[in-house]
Amino acid sequence: MGVLLEVRSLTTEFATSGGVVRAVDGVSWDVQEGETVALVGESGCGKSVSALSVMRLVAAPAGRIVGGQVVFKGRDLLQLSEEDMRRVRGREIAMIFQEPMTSLNPVLTIGRQLTEGLEIHLGMSGAGARARAAELLGMVGIPDPERRLTQYPHQFSGGMRQRMMIAMALACEPSLILADEPTTALDVTIQAQILELLKDLSRRLGVAMLIITHNLGVVARYADRVNVMYAGRIVERGSARELYANPRHPYTLGLLKSVPRLDEPRRARLQPIEGQPPDLTRLPPGCAFAPRCAFRVARCAAERPALAPVGGAGHLTACWEAGRLDRAPALR
Amino acid sequence: MTDIPLLEVRHLVKHFRVGGGLFGGGSGLVRAVEGVSFTIQRGETLGLVGESGCGKTTTGRCILQLERPTSGEILFEGHDLVPLGEAELRPFRRRIQVIFQDPYSSLNPRMTIGQMLAEPLAVHGIVPDRAARAARVQELLRHVGLLPQHADRYPHELSGGQRQRVGIGRALAMEPSLIICDEPVSALDVSIQAQIINLLEDLQAEFGLTYLFIAHDLSVVRHISDHVAVMYLGKVMELADRKSLYDSPLHPYTRALLAAVPIPDPELEARRERVVLKGEVPSTLRPPSGCVFHPRCPIAVERCAREVPELREIRPGHRAACLLA
Repeated sequence: MGVLLEVRSLTTEFATSGGVVRAVDGVSWDVQEGETVALVGESGCGKSVSALSVMRLVAAPAGRIVGGQVVFKGRDLLQLSEEDMRRVRGREIAMIFQEPMTSLNPVLTIGRQLTEGLEIHLGMSGAGARARAAELLGMVGIPDPERRLTQYPHQFSGGMRQRMMIAMALACEPSLILADEPTTALDVTIQAQILELLKDLSRRLGVAMLIITHNLGVVARYADRVNVMYAGRIVERGSARELYANPRHPYTLGLLKSVPRLDEPRRARLQPIEGQPPDLTRLPPGCAFAPRCAFRVARCAAERPALAPVGGAGHLTACWEAGRLDRAPALR
Repeated sequence: MTDIPLLEVRHLVKHFRVGGGLFGGGSGLVRAVEGVSFTIQRGETLGLVGESGCGKTTTGRCILQLERPTSGEILFEGHDLVPLGEAELRPFRRRIQVIFQDPYSSLNPRMTIGQMLAEPLAVHGIVPDRAARAARVQELLRHVGLLPQHADRYPHELSGGQRQRVGIGRALAMEPSLIICDEPVSALDVSIQAQIINLLEDLQAEFGLTYLFIAHDLSVVRHISDHVAVMYLGKVMELADRKSLYDSPLHPYTRALLAAVPIPDPELEARRERVVLKGEVPSTLRPPSGCVFHPRCPIAVERCAREVPELREIRPGHRAACLLA
């Protein structure tokens, strides 16, 4: 297994009325071939902008990638011409969004939208493209694919549209899928169907996946490795098992403690993370989580901790006090 | 008197007529709520769970009399609200308040938080005196965990969690007995959800509030509810106290819902059996025959397509609408 995508010191900024906001602040992460990696965090943490930056789809002129490298199969995507980049999008890296209706064209048939990519990227035509489109719909569990190809997006339910998006993403057999909150808009039982489908297909076809989500349960069920983001930076990274069993950043620990869990006895009281989410236009000079952190010491307000190894096997955390979080039973 | 539950919903039905429009789409009847019954005791929380389109929000809107029911009774302290006219309803409206999912769309962007909290106090004559009203606004801010200076802020200056606190403050201003909480935390960040849930619990303890907590998140509902009703396609599939429902669910739909919730523990998830429900929720325009859940049910038998199961007591205090339960 080799490195498929390596993001190095990626920095993306947005011009807002409140000043320049660094939505992604010098972030580095990677995805190995065939692996499922999660970017987890809350709204505004930079997880979606990270994925859009990889695709070079950050909305200009407000948004701008100001630094870093996005190395995919040995090539820095940030250096490609727009034409070369178009060949990467869809063909080699596909993206699935939360709300499929906004990414589908309402006036084109499902068939047309599926065959378009096949024609542009793979040079398929007519009957061949149509047969492949039907095959793709069948693969994502849409019954009666031949008839469905002649229909329009509004004739599909939310779950069916997301299946259709997955079919479109898989059409050109990409090696990486970026899935941005792919099931957040769906009901629980449909969410389970879609995630199982994604996981099954990625395994069978050997496609690597980046799942972007705020749902810690989804991450636990599907991801091999996890990056936790807060205020534009990665604050903790590790294998899913290690990170959940032994969280070494107070934010990760706080998230895990704040959600009620069906597998545990009901607690008398939930333990929230106190305070408010960070204001990206006014971040403190030190650790962005410090104002909400139960472990903070004087140093946290002044010095920003870098992501550094803690324990073994690729587990990293950006916390001065990580030592105090080591399997401390009193915290659970 | 104390035996009377605060709220009793009996055989509530709400149909909407749709279609017959410009493009000649066939008209039809949406059976949003189809014979729902439950009671909530004073000071308790009933959780109402289900997927989109199951009728949970419409049920809440019928209790608020924002929708007039097609049939059925809504007894508030024993008085049926359904036959009442607008004037007769007014005293009850104050006592039944609502908290919405998205506080941003329910707050006036041109009013300060202080003005927004003072408005109902003035309009309903709860605190007619101006100075006393300002004091009451400060008190409300404190109750919902906001600071005195928040009175001068506008909604866009607040975070999502703070806005939801304002929404709760506005409901509290009316001094209600019952609050319909319609997905009150589902739009909030994970780290903030627990703050708001704790706040709702604190206020319930302090003011003896009664909640109808409408949500799709089964973990949150388990945490906050005393009793839980599971709805599907306009009907209650299962109704029990929290412990029985989560520890020993009787209805296959409840079991499937619980199995679909991923648990934040990779080790446990790796061992867990996956019960993925097939198919999708059918349209309320054409609900299936017999048990409405039978087309998706993993254990359905032939008679499930013919016979409509009654919500019946299977164990003491634990009801399920399943022929096989």
